[in-house]
Amino acid sequence: MIDSKVIEQHGLTSDEYQRIVARLGREPNLTELGIFSVMGSAHCSYKSSKVHLKTLPTRGPQVLQGPGENAGAVDIGEGLAAVFKIESHNHPSFIEPYQGAATGVGGIIRDIFTMGARPIALLNSLRFGSLETPGTPRLLAGVVAGIAGYGNSIGIPTVGGEIAFEPSYAGNPLVNVFCLGIARHADIIKGVASGAGNPVFYVGAKTGRDGIHGATMASAEFDEKSAEKRPAVQVGDPFMEKLLLEACLEVMQTDALVGIQDMGAAGLTCSTTEMGSRGGAGVEIDVSLVPQRETGMTPYEIMLSESQERMLLVAKRGREAEVERIFEKWDLHAERIGEVTDDGMLRVRSKGQVVAEIPNVVLTDEAPVYERPFSEPEYIRDVQKLDLDSLGHSPVGFAPQPGGQNAALLALLGSPTIASKHWVYRQYDHMVRTNTINFPGLGAGVVRIKGTDRALAMSLDGNGRYCYLDPYVGAMLAVAEAARNVACSGARPIGATNCLNFGNPERPGIMWQFARAVAGIGEACRALDVPITGGNVSLYNETDGKAIYPTPTIGVVGLLEHADRVLTRSFRESGDAIVLLGESKSELGASEYLKVMYDVVKGLPPRIDLDKERDLQRLVVSLADDRLIRSAHDCADGGLAITIAESCFDTAGLGAEISISGVSVAADRDLNDSAALFGESASRIVVSAAPDCLTNVLERAAAANVAARVIGQTGGNHLRIAVDGRVVVDLAVDQAQRTWSGAIEAHFARRVA
Amino acid sequence: MRFGVVVFPGSNCDEDALYAAKDVFGQQAEYLWHKDEDLKGADVIILPGGFAHGDYLRTGAMARFSPVMNAVRAFVDRGGPVLGICNGFQVLLEAGLLPGAMLRNRSLKYQCEHVHLRVDATDTPFTSRARAGQMLHIPIGHGEGNYFAPPDQLAELEANRQIVLRYCDPSGQVNDASNPNGSVHSIASVCNRQRNVVGMMPHPERAIERLLGGEDGRVIFESILHSIESAREPAVARAV
Repeated sequence: MIDSKVIEQHGLTSDEYQRIVARLGREPNLTELGIFSVMGSAHCSYKSSKVHLKTLPTRGPQVLQGPGENAGAVDIGEGLAAVFKIESHNHPSFIEPYQGAATGVGGIIRDIFTMGARPIALLNSLRFGSLETPGTPRLLAGVVAGIAGYGNSIGIPTVGGEIAFEPSYAGNPLVNVFCLGIARHADIIKGVASGAGNPVFYVGAKTGRDGIHGATMASAEFDEKSAEKRPAVQVGDPFMEKLLLEACLEVMQTDALVGIQDMGAAGLTCSTTEMGSRGGAGVEIDVSLVPQRETGMTPYEIMLSESQERMLLVAKRGREAEVERIFEKWDLHAERIGEVTDDGMLRVRSKGQVVAEIPNVVLTDEAPVYERPFSEPEYIRDVQKLDLDSLGHSPVGFAPQPGGQNAALLALLGSPTIASKHWVYRQYDHMVRTNTINFPGLGAGVVRIKGTDRALAMSLDGNGRYCYLDPYVGAMLAVAEAARNVACSGARPIGATNCLNFGNPERPGIMWQFARAVAGIGEACRALDVPITGGNVSLYNETDGKAIYPTPTIGVVGLLEHADRVLTRSFRESGDAIVLLGESKSELGASEYLKVMYDVVKGLPPRIDLDKERDLQRLVVSLADDRLIRSAHDCADGGLAITIAESCFDTAGLGAEISISGVSVAADRDLNDSAALFGESASRIVVSAAPDCLTNVLERAAAANVAARVIGQTGGNHLRIAVDGRVVVDLAVDQAQRTWSGAIEAHFARRVA
Repeated sequence: MRFGVVVFPGSNCDEDALYAAKDVFGQQAEYLWHKDEDLKGADVIILPGGFAHGDYLRTGAMARFSPVMNAVRAFVDRGGPVLGICNGFQVLLEAGLLPGAMLRNRSLKYQCEHVHLRVDATDTPFTSRARAGQMLHIPIGHGEGNYFAPPDQLAELEANRQIVLRYCDPSGQVNDASNPNGSVHSIASVCNRQRNVVGMMPHPERAIERLLGGEDGRVIFESILHSIESAREPAVARAV
């Protein structure tokens, strides 16, 4: 019955199969083969990535829980912990955008409350092809509606995120979702099964045939047949999850619980083995006791189903009635499906008959680990070469002609990656739970923590273009930007999570991107003192052999000791000094400017000095804490000019008069002006300060060894920027904001018309 | 004074309402489980926002059958003040305690944003401390807030001054451009004929602290506190 074809269908190589036979001492049956297949698929065991991930910094005095559990946790003072994690749902979202994104949100929320934490905030990081590409608007609309449909219903605010549009994601969008929860240190619960004889309960939605082999699907490249995989995408039920969330948190308040885990990827298989393996115990279940939505389901199907909104929990023997009563209150039924054993085996019965019997360690600790070969791909040398002198005139037509910088600024403000995402976040309930003190679009998302004076800031960032051109530097820049965004809200970065989206790791060039990016993340996290507490790897993001840009998405969480000292990007008062912290260098490579104006994706991403970055972030946090500045906004996509423009937005039209120095990247003066305006040099923050605080700000910057220059003043209703004394940008703030705020919306209006 | 906050499975602004009453306004407040018929001696009932029973069928359509709604109905008949916020408003409509119905927003999308409101009726327990014509800046968050009533019912509502709040622009003008969801006559809030039951789509509990970006929602809570305090004596008299 098990021949080479069946083995191949389960995504196993014949080497892997032989290993299984050797470890079992016999041929596996079909159910067992299915179990090995889903546990072994890259999605579950990180077989390609493990050797690299081990190099990441995961410790620090603040870290309460590092990688390996359902989510990481850091100390935030007053006996509380922030529990957070990011996860990808890329493949399901391409196949069925609404349900793919919705179930991604559902999955990450379960990871958080499984730890005993009350989820209080969501973020998401999305990547799509160009908005002009047919199909992209449908994907964007579907993914956003799915995230909204789930998050809004369950009542957890989506407080921020980011979206970028690049052709490389056209056939493989990225949907990365992040959730953060709060728990008392003592209440953190682990996904452990221990204590032989303790009952194992199944609770939540019934098991159906949906999502069987979802984990294997997420580890295969897409081709034209992918649409056929639709049945492998699950359907989300946020109401069921809301009941589970409340009931589980209530059960956790008793001490009747030993451990709990959600059934995510690889369903019942993954939760039983992982819980048993963490607790050094065995788990024995009878699948005929599992509540089923469909008739005639085989043990194979029950073990592999990825039906959503299901939890597995181990209670203390003798306390069953207490647990059952709480679930009944929420109209849920906790079904006892087995018990913990002391023999370290995953034993699956069906009506008493043993149908699978595998030592847990074989499935988890000893899962195959590959040191895949990697080498620098050939494209790198080509794309890193950029000769700005040979650029000529922009095909977009209005730069670098004299007077063209106004048009360039408007073109960048209207570019979907930079433009306001209001159309998107208006669809997310970002205020429920009444904690949100920085709304989406104003910088990092910030939620206050009721009962304390504190708040948490969080940001997701990643720049696939930078990583495509130099994955090592690109990944460092992603960590730096996420931490900088958090710092700009006034919060001290304290921990990070990562979602690593890459192509097929069996290709040495992709594996090289992966290895270099992980090295860059590690380097930056160490320097900025933000340990990685968990995350997710998504490989095989390819369509018809074309990989996405390598895209590590970094989530950073920061702590504000005083919620009311939070800052946004927006200028506050007319007459305030505008100060640039950090240095502008002669850099234009890899920029949004070159992409939008010249359709050129070339050059080196901005260099970064991590020591300077750390000094800059610490300075801005201390300035915010001492109320010396009134706004802070980091320089990223589109450079200084975009940062200043965005600082003018949502201020009822408050303008700015700016004067900056030129830089030199080419022979052409206009292109040099463009580099001064739109170059994306790292480690820069634009702050505004009341005139009587200015001296103090400059002194503090000097003491912190951070370059600081007064570049202008707020006032009027125009944005005026002079480079080396020549005014090159002069736009009404109103006009600029209209272009920026309407760009994505206008796109949809056009399509409907 | 004592607030009762009804909790349906799927309610998700119940904690926010309780926090508002208890922590921000320093009152007593209790959750009222949907399966209970005991209102625990509450002086005022809040039906909070959320997605009661998942709202997969029609918003509020299932919640109206909850046992607690029998007690709420009796409380209303005795003249007790009831505020339905967002999903709570939808439940009150389905339960027949308020006139009209909700349609999907005309954008066909969920919308979460601040809106401007004009207070049109101040003779309800939840707006008694507001000035007629006062402007409020309060957030909405809903996918089905497009209030509908047939023309004759609408005429009756207008004639009885049962429209409590209307969407407007920053200058107080009520027009199509300032109507976020397509509601007839820009209706954001209505009351029953007896004026003790008020439903409103905007979330006043999201606008009661400066830290959250505004305090315009306070007037709704201040009104109910004032109404109950000042009506306490007569209320006892009525019960006799």
